[in-house]
Amino acid sequence: MTSTARIPDHLDDDPLETVTLTVNGSQRTVAVPTHRTLLDGLRDEVGLPGTKSCCAEGECGACTVLLDGRAVNSCLVLCVEAEGHEVTTVEGLSADGLTDLQEEFLNAGAVQCGFCIPGQVVSAEYLLRTNPDPDEAQIREALSGNLCRCAGYQRIVRAVQATAARRSER
Amino acid sequence: MTTAPERAIEQRDALGEPSDPYPQGQVGRPVLRYGGGDRTSGAQRFVADLRFPGSLQVALVTVPVGCADVLGIDATAARAVPGVVDVVTAADLPSPMPRFGVSHTDRPVLADGRVNYHGEPVAAVVAETLDAAQVAARAVRVDFRELPGVYTLDDALAPGAHRVQDPSLRPGHALADSNVLEEAHYTWGDVEAEEARTEVVVEETYTFPMVTHFPIEPGGTVAVPTDAGGLDVYSPVQHPYLLQRTLASVLGLPLNQVRVFAPDPGGGFGGKQNPKLEPLLAFLALRTRRTCRLVLSLEETFQSMRRAGCRIAARTGFAADGALTFHSVDADFLIGAYADVAPRVMGKGSYVAAGPYRIPGVRIDARAVMTNTTPSTAFRGFGSPQVSWALESQLDAGARRLGLDGLEVRRRNLVAKGEAFVRGESAAAADGEWHQSLEKAAELIGWGTPLPPGRGRGIAVGIKPGATSGLSQSLVRLLADGSAIVYAGTSDMGQGARTLWQQIVADELGAPLDQVSVVSGDTGTVPFDLQTSASRSTVFMGSAVLEACKDVRQRVLALYAESTGVPPEQLEERPGVLVTPDGELGLPEAARVALGSLRGEFMGQGTRRLRGKGKHPLGGDAAFYEFNATAIEVEVDRETGELLLTRHVTVSDVGTELNPLQVVSQDEGAAIMGLGHSQMEQLLLDEHGRIRNLGALDYRIPTFKDVPVELVSAAVENHDGPGPYGSKGISEGALLCTAGALGAAVADAAGVVIRDLPLTPERVWAAIQAAEAAEQDAGSAEGPARHHPHRSPVTEE
Repeated sequence: MTSTARIPDHLDDDPLETVTLTVNGSQRTVAVPTHRTLLDGLRDEVGLPGTKSCCAEGECGACTVLLDGRAVNSCLVLCVEAEGHEVTTVEGLSADGLTDLQEEFLNAGAVQCGFCIPGQVVSAEYLLRTNPDPDEAQIREALSGNLCRCAGYQRIVRAVQATAARRSER
Repeated sequence: MTTAPERAIEQRDALGEPSDPYPQGQVGRPVLRYGGGDRTSGAQRFVADLRFPGSLQVALVTVPVGCADVLGIDATAARAVPGVVDVVTAADLPSPMPRFGVSHTDRPVLADGRVNYHGEPVAAVVAETLDAAQVAARAVRVDFRELPGVYTLDDALAPGAHRVQDPSLRPGHALADSNVLEEAHYTWGDVEAEEARTEVVVEETYTFPMVTHFPIEPGGTVAVPTDAGGLDVYSPVQHPYLLQRTLASVLGLPLNQVRVFAPDPGGGFGGKQNPKLEPLLAFLALRTRRTCRLVLSLEETFQSMRRAGCRIAARTGFAADGALTFHSVDADFLIGAYADVAPRVMGKGSYVAAGPYRIPGVRIDARAVMTNTTPSTAFRGFGSPQVSWALESQLDAGARRLGLDGLEVRRRNLVAKGEAFVRGESAAAADGEWHQSLEKAAELIGWGTPLPPGRGRGIAVGIKPGATSGLSQSLVRLLADGSAIVYAGTSDMGQGARTLWQQIVADELGAPLDQVSVVSGDTGTVPFDLQTSASRSTVFMGSAVLEACKDVRQRVLALYAESTGVPPEQLEERPGVLVTPDGELGLPEAARVALGSLRGEFMGQGTRRLRGKGKHPLGGDAAFYEFNATAIEVEVDRETGELLLTRHVTVSDVGTELNPLQVVSQDEGAAIMGLGHSQMEQLLLDEHGRIRNLGALDYRIPTFKDVPVELVSAAVENHDGPGPYGSKGISEGALLCTAGALGAAVADAAGVVIRDLPLTPERVWAAIQAAEAAEQDAGSAEGPARHHPHRSPVTEE
């Protein structure tokens, strides 16, 4: 039911496709029209609304998920393309309670309205997995596709730095 | 070991003198955000995340121009789309068309024969699925005739211009047959007489673009018809009680039949204050007797809210010592096709068009000019950033002419605490030690210290009147086990209001922080609060919560006396405790004793109402002023016009920081939002009144990479605000004068003065090119006195 910005004609004729994918470690099978995005599939069919929709054109990062471990804008991936792939959403990251990263988001005061935060958390987690000790410029670069209109940017950078420090202590 | 937030605050305190001791307990501590865990884990439910099984989906039908007569609507093909339940046009709504609005009752539920801005819906499709609704919306054939709409101030003010509003909507109004919706006039002293002692007159025109709120949550509405013939409406609004009243009014229902649930807005910034499409959804739900749901696209959100653009012609006089002698302003606010709250933005913004300065002669004439554009509404700063841009730039222009620097000219003109900055019938005086903020900002930017070539600094101050009137109420229940529930109607849209209520109640009732919960966002259970705007909630609702806690304590005292036989005059209630002849008793324990074995609870009520003044142009004196000083150090790339902000300092006069972590978050966020309209944001229209940069691809807002290399947020705390523990509202200050500080810094760095926002690379580059060409034309002749030997002379365009 997520609003999609630009739609082709005759969407109602789109056949339903059966898609099987792994979401947060569990195999899920959903039936979606081919034009539906992974974002739509996760929110409306799998029932995981933690991933948010804003621009629906790959600019804001609110819909970021991990696809086979890589951060992607789920609004730019068709649900059918995820067939056989592995998806991790924000809910999957925090299945066992808040992660160290999520705690540091809170500690740093990075969370205001919260709407962009799931996407920020997923992008930041991806960064830390690929670069455990990022400098500030690398953090800004890695998260530059995630917009925050409350502009908690400086707080989020602090959160990522604090998480990197915590993880290096382990 | 200190926690991360405490470290953040220690770092912040290390920037200046240590903060004064916080009142007590939880208040004043960087308590973590109430509900923050759900916001990081994805468990937080925004309106689009709520599930309504069996609901119908709504799609809007629009025409591709900004101004048109609707000649006919043919929904035959749309109705034939499988799954379509209804296609609703103006003809299906009551006649005359119901209208609503906060300042003028001018906005129709659906376009009524005339489209007045691009994106105004002319019909709505209701279908079983979103796909069906969207396909059918495209199949609706709208026959329309484009009209010569007015999209700029010049268009709208031209003789014979198309009238945006039907004059019959303002019967008898002097301005009815024009596009000027309202005017505001403020004057004091004698401008002409002051010119006699004036050394320098600066006369310039400034523009501030239309910008859009761009909340990351686009928003939406769900309307659910109730069995009783009423409605439950879910909408992420800042003013649930205003929405309730508006819906009841257009539907002809009593208030108790309209229940508004307001899930936390995913960003508001003023854009989610006033009703927009909710009345349409209400009619659709009542008509279909089904739940109707509309989730907006970001593009539709752009077409629902924006800040008023502004053009300000200013004439400002300075005495030889830099003292302001007069300030004369004509400010035209470019508002949209319906009034919304725009006239008040114009009136309240222009009220402070002479800023926080001591100016003997002032004339301010402002107009709210209607155009065929997205209705402009409240947006963080509420008219102040526009007027501040012009005034602060004028101050720097005068200073340059007099050989003063930006700090010195402000020192000489900024009012002291208690001194009037607005004079005349509706005077206002400084309610804070504003010089402290100015000096602190100067200190933190290293004002006066040497800079490498290509860098410059600017400093500016901004002011905004806080809320002036209205009622906020709260209920606080102290439960039998000492835990508590607060009912407070403030919408928590990111500012963190609930966290403050939790802190206050924890201290005032002696409850553990994690045993205080807050209920909001439901007009059916939470008592009335006028609105969440104007940074009012800390002061207004905070005071109501504080009073409700006091009420609870008095009730505990009374029942304790009754239950124990201790005379009430031997008891005393204080925050967190009941003082008995045998010593202090924690309030939860006192409550347990008082309630006895059958248990129960205590319920306290708190009210904060500020009565307006009928004749005051703002409707009353502002309860407080937000004051901010911003200083920016910038490096200008002369080859590309790009700006690199190396340091950005914001200092706000906050009264008391009830939660320093939240103050920092709001302050930094406002500063960066200010950089948005200063550097990159602007809505661009084509000749048909359509937004050319509609959506995230083409409309740029600040990203991680646009944050200044160093962003420093500091506060001045003198505990002199009207809110709890001396607090003031703080959420807007840091964007009030961002543009002025940046403009001055660019002038200092690159020697060019630009008077049109935003300061895009193109604009900066073009100004540098023009200056260099002018310099070459002038041969090797010496320029004006250079106040920084390594920099070019400043070119006044």
